[in-house]
Amino acid sequence: MRRKFSLAQQDALIGFGLILPSLLIILGISLQPILSTLYLSVFESSRGINMERIFVGFGNYTALLSDSVFWVTIGRTLYFTLVSVGLELVLGLAIAQLIHSHPPGWQFLRTSLIIPWAVPTIVNGTMWRWIYNADYGALNGLLLQLGLIDKYIPWLTRPDMAMNLVILADIWHSVPFIALILQAALATLPTDLEEAAAVDGANALQRFLLIRLPLLRPAILVALVIRTVEAFRVFDIIYVITNGGPAFGTVTISYLTYLETFSFGNVGRGSALSFLISIFTLIMAFIYIRVLYRPEESQ
Amino acid sequence: MKKAFNTIFKVLLVIPVILFIYLPVAWLIISSISTRSELLSTPIHWIPQQPTFQNYINILTPGQDTSEVAKTFRITLWNSLLVASSVTVIALTLGSLASYALIRLRFPFRQSMLVGILGTRMIPEISLVIPLYLFATRFGLFNSPIILIITYLSFALPFAIWLMAAFFNTIPVELEDAARIDGCNRIETLFRIIMPISAPGLVSTGLFVFLTAWDEFFFALILTSTVSAKTVPVAIAEFTGRYVVDVGGMMTGGVLAAIPPVLLSLIFQRYIVSGLTAGAVKG
Repeated sequence: MRRKFSLAQQDALIGFGLILPSLLIILGISLQPILSTLYLSVFESSRGINMERIFVGFGNYTALLSDSVFWVTIGRTLYFTLVSVGLELVLGLAIAQLIHSHPPGWQFLRTSLIIPWAVPTIVNGTMWRWIYNADYGALNGLLLQLGLIDKYIPWLTRPDMAMNLVILADIWHSVPFIALILQAALATLPTDLEEAAAVDGANALQRFLLIRLPLLRPAILVALVIRTVEAFRVFDIIYVITNGGPAFGTVTISYLTYLETFSFGNVGRGSALSFLISIFTLIMAFIYIRVLYRPEESQ
Repeated sequence: MKKAFNTIFKVLLVIPVILFIYLPVAWLIISSISTRSELLSTPIHWIPQQPTFQNYINILTPGQDTSEVAKTFRITLWNSLLVASSVTVIALTLGSLASYALIRLRFPFRQSMLVGILGTRMIPEISLVIPLYLFATRFGLFNSPIILIITYLSFALPFAIWLMAAFFNTIPVELEDAARIDGCNRIETLFRIIMPISAPGLVSTGLFVFLTAWDEFFFALILTSTVSAKTVPVAIAEFTGRYVVDVGGMMTGGVLAAIPPVLLSLIFQRYIVSGLTAGAVKG
């Protein structure tokens, strides 16, 4: 049998063949829509999603950037992101450490962590909404029986309180994710450095801060970047727990985009917003790739 | 003495974590088997005096007097299963082939494609949904399971490629070289050698894709409107939107929606943890 192509050429052909279906799908349902969004964002179309459009250039963007609602929403989204991811990291690290020190029941604890992680986001939200219920909720019932409050509190009627309670629900769901990643990373760390440091007289805190934490850095970065991107685009849990309320007090940037586009019919403005979210995500994705993708490994 | 004190201290830390994990879930389950009057009682009946499985019966075996919401819920469970399984099969098949090519074969633009695919994994749904909505309405795909399967691939496919890439990276190249020397060509090597030993990676990837698709809410909220395509998360969210809230039904729906992912994750625990460490992620 005669070879028509060299081995390298064959590999290249097979490679393109194997990757082509995926590439076409990704181009069609990710790249094309992003470009479409950019296109739609330079038109004024405020009368519904299928209506006529008037070209306005960067009008939607300049309108957004000079609108205080936009900046308040960005601030609120950043608050949600920083507080939830910050607390999740601290708690996740603490739980990972706890599991790693193998107290009685650590295996049960590790298995239990999978449950909140696996519960669908919408179920998580619905569950907490019911717990926070002003008239029949378990939170009021529990706090009253413990004597911590003397009458039922309508938890979700104050914007700042509502936001913090959404964060609590998010923590329940996401701390296990970080704890699982970090405890798996802890289990693979070499112990000799810490032992040597202990022999040299370093105390537990010094060993943790100067040896363990730097070794954990890659795993922490992975968890942080993934959670930050997710938290910044938070939508589902807010939709279920507060519906953006009270008084738009829990509207985040994704929620605002949803409202503008699908409730108010401002497609141009909504597209501009979602394009801005893409830009932010792209920056985060760049960091993400720098953190996760190490070319030397794939050679 | 110091050691015993240490152990007690740690147990005192473990207990609140365990409580924080299980109390909300326990309340979810208890609410699902409580009667309406007990749910709306003050002070709260922590343990129902007349537990009932009526909510489950209503959803799983609807009779003539079953409410419309409960009947609908059963169909949405089926829709979710159909969409999530289809997405898993497609993403796993196409994704593992693409991933293998990206990791093991040499061809132009390989590196930039890999990076580009990793990048698309991060694109939020909200950035894609407006054009996808216009596309769906134009081609008569609005409110069909097909549009959900197509749109879910936007996150499932890059995700599968990325996870499998992490896995293929751990397979020694020597194994393939040996197969090549024995006379296997690329394709034979892929299917006879690589795929069989990649079974754990395929299981782990399939699991993550399935869980993510089962969890998905936003696309389903925008792109479906009736029971012919609505998925479980949308059905549950609708319970809360109604004026008269059927809390028992809502909690039962929640339990039923949570059972498949929780059971799968517990059974395949080992794969979940290895998938997470591979940089995975359903958050």
